[in-house]
Amino acid sequence: MATATSAIRVEGVTKRYGVVTALEAVSLEVERGEFLTLLGPSGSGKTTLLRVIAGLERPDEGRVYLGGEDVTDLPPYRRRVHTVFQQYVLFPHLNVYKNVAFGLEQKRLPRREIERRVAAALELVRLSGYERRWPHELSGGEQQRVALARALVLEPEALLLDEPLAALDLQLRKEMQRELKRLQREVGISFLMVTHDQEEALALSDRLAVIAGGRLQQIGTPREVYENPETAFVATFLGSANVFEAEVMARENGDALLALCGRTVRVSLNGRRLEGSRAQVAVRPEKIALRARPLRKTDLVQLEGVIEERLYLGDATHWRVRVGDHSVLVTEPNRPGSRAEAFRDGQRVFLCWARESIVVLSQ
Amino acid sequence: MRASRGSEANRWIWLAPSVLWLVFVLLLPLGFIIAVSFAERGLYGGVHWRFGLENYRRALDPLYFPIYARSFLMAAVTTALCLLIGYPVAYAIALRVNPKWKHALLVLSILPFWTSFLLRTYAWMFLLRAEGFVNTLLLTWGVIERPISWLLYSDFAVVIGQLYGELPFAILPLYVALERVDVRVIEAAMDLGANRWHVFWRVVVPLTRPGIITALVLVFIPSLGAFITPDLLGGAKSAMLGTVIQNQFVQRNPPMGSALSVLLILAVLALLLVAWRAAGVKERQ
Repeated sequence: MATATSAIRVEGVTKRYGVVTALEAVSLEVERGEFLTLLGPSGSGKTTLLRVIAGLERPDEGRVYLGGEDVTDLPPYRRRVHTVFQQYVLFPHLNVYKNVAFGLEQKRLPRREIERRVAAALELVRLSGYERRWPHELSGGEQQRVALARALVLEPEALLLDEPLAALDLQLRKEMQRELKRLQREVGISFLMVTHDQEEALALSDRLAVIAGGRLQQIGTPREVYENPETAFVATFLGSANVFEAEVMARENGDALLALCGRTVRVSLNGRRLEGSRAQVAVRPEKIALRARPLRKTDLVQLEGVIEERLYLGDATHWRVRVGDHSVLVTEPNRPGSRAEAFRDGQRVFLCWARESIVVLSQ
Repeated sequence: MRASRGSEANRWIWLAPSVLWLVFVLLLPLGFIIAVSFAERGLYGGVHWRFGLENYRRALDPLYFPIYARSFLMAAVTTALCLLIGYPVAYAIALRVNPKWKHALLVLSILPFWTSFLLRTYAWMFLLRAEGFVNTLLLTWGVIERPISWLLYSDFAVVIGQLYGELPFAILPLYVALERVDVRVIEAAMDLGANRWHVFWRVVVPLTRPGIITALVLVFIPSLGAFITPDLLGGAKSAMLGTVIQNQFVQRNPPMGSALSVLLILAVLALLLVAWRAAGVKERQ
C-alpha cells in the first residue's frame, strides 16, 4: 500500500455548490490494477468525486494525485485518466474507428501506430469489424464497448466509469458485468467505478467504498464491508439488515455483554469502540433461521416472535416477524422441503442466529 | 389513410391556400420573368413579345463578368464576416451565457429587424458620410486630421451595410445548431485529451455543420442579389449584380433585367444544390 504505487490518490477533497456540500473531506486511494467501486445513493457525491478526479470539476479543497503526481491544477486533457460516461457520449459525427482513434490523434501519433492500437482496442472489447459503423447504428451494449475502447486505447493510469451499466437492460447488464471484470483483468489498469447497484459493486470490486452525503462511510473488500458494516447506514444500504438497540451491561477483553430484546448476549466488538450505555447492532436477515419450536441447550440467540407478513420472491421468501417493538426481516432460500414454507401469518415462531452474526455498529 | 380522414375533395380544400400561394406568388411571377427574359425590349420601355436568346447573349458578354465577379466577391466577404462574427456570438449565447439571459440576447440580436431595411441603410449613410458621426468623432479625438473619404460610397460601406443586415440570419441558425450540442460530448473530448482548440475544431464545428451551411446559404444568397446597400452605400463605379438588374428595369429594359434575374436564380440554385449535398453527407452520419 505504498503511496508511490497508487494509481489515484484523493486527499481531503471538498466540493461545494453554493450552500450544498457535494463532497466533504474525502480521501481515497486506488491501487495499481485494483477494481474499486464507489457505491452510494443518488446525490451522494460519487459522480462528483469522479469528475473531480477527471478534472471536469475543481475541488474547493484537497488534492488529487495520479500515479503520485499532483494533478489538482491540471485541465482534464492533461490527465492520464479517462472516463466512460453513463450515456457513453460517443462522438455522433465520427464512426467507430474515428471515435476510438480520437484520443490517439490528439497525441499526433503516427498513423500506423494509431491503426494498430485502434485495432487492438476494438479486439479487446470484441468489436473488430465495426470500424465503419456509426454510433447511432449500435446497440447500447455496443456503444458501451466503443466507449471502453476509446478510453482504454490511451492506456490511462486509471479508468473512471460513471454508472457504466445503468442504461443497459438487466440481461445485458449481467453480461457486461462479467465483460468489465474480464477487461480489467486483461489490461491490468485500475478501474474506479461509480454505481448505485449494490450487487454490481459486490460482484466486481476488489474493494468497495460506500459514500453518502458527500462523505466516505466505509471502505474495504466486499466481504469485509458486507459482513462487518461499520454504521447502520452501510448495513442497510449494502444489502439489508435488522438494526437493534441494545443496552451495554459489561465490557471485557474486546467483548461486550449486551441486553438485546430481553436476552443477555456476549458479542465481539471486533475492535470497535463502544461508548456510553447504549449500542446499535445489526443482524443480516439471511443469517436468521425460523423455527416452530425453540431449541434447548443451545449457543444460539433465540427470540420469540409472531409472523406478520410473508413475501414469496421466487428464489427466496422474505418474512416479517414481530419481536417486541421490532419488525425483524428474515430471508430464506426456497429449497425443497424448507420448513419455513409451512409458517402462516400470525403464527408463533422462534428466530435463531449465531452470536457471530451480530455486528456492533459505530454510532 | 383511412376513409374517415376525408375524401379527395376534402384534402384539396386543405391544400388550396398553399397551392394558391405558390401559384400566384411564386410560379406565375417566375414564369412571367422567364417569359420576358426571352422577349425583346419595346420601343418605349414595354415588352415586345418576340422571342430570342439575344438578352442571354448580352448577359454572358464578357463586359458583365467583372460585375458578376465583384458581386460574388462582396457576397463571399459578407458571408465570411457574418460567420466570423456570428459564430462566437451564437456560441456565447448558446453555451456560455447564463440561460436566463439567452432569450433576451437573441431578441437583441434580431432587434434591427424592427425598422425597415431602407431606413437602417440611410442611418448608416448618416453615420459614415464625410461629416458623419464616425468622422466627427475621430476628428474630435484627433485620431485623424481630415475626414476619411472611403467610409461611405465604397466597397467598405457596402460590406458594412450588408454585414449589418445579414448578421442575424447567420446568428439564428448557428444558435440553433450550437444549442443542440451536448455539453457532455465536449467534456468527453476534453477527457480524452483534446484541448479547447481541438474540442472546437474537431467536435463543436463538425457537430454544428448543418447550422453553418444554413447560415452560409441564408447570408450568401441575399447578399449576391442585394441592391439597396450597393445602391445607397456603394460608390459610383461599384456596379453589382443587384444594382445592374435594378437599373435594367429603371431604364425600361425589362427583358434584359429578367434575363439577368434568371441567371442569378440559376446560380443560386446551383449553390443550393452544393450546400444541400454538403449537408446531406452530414445527415448520413
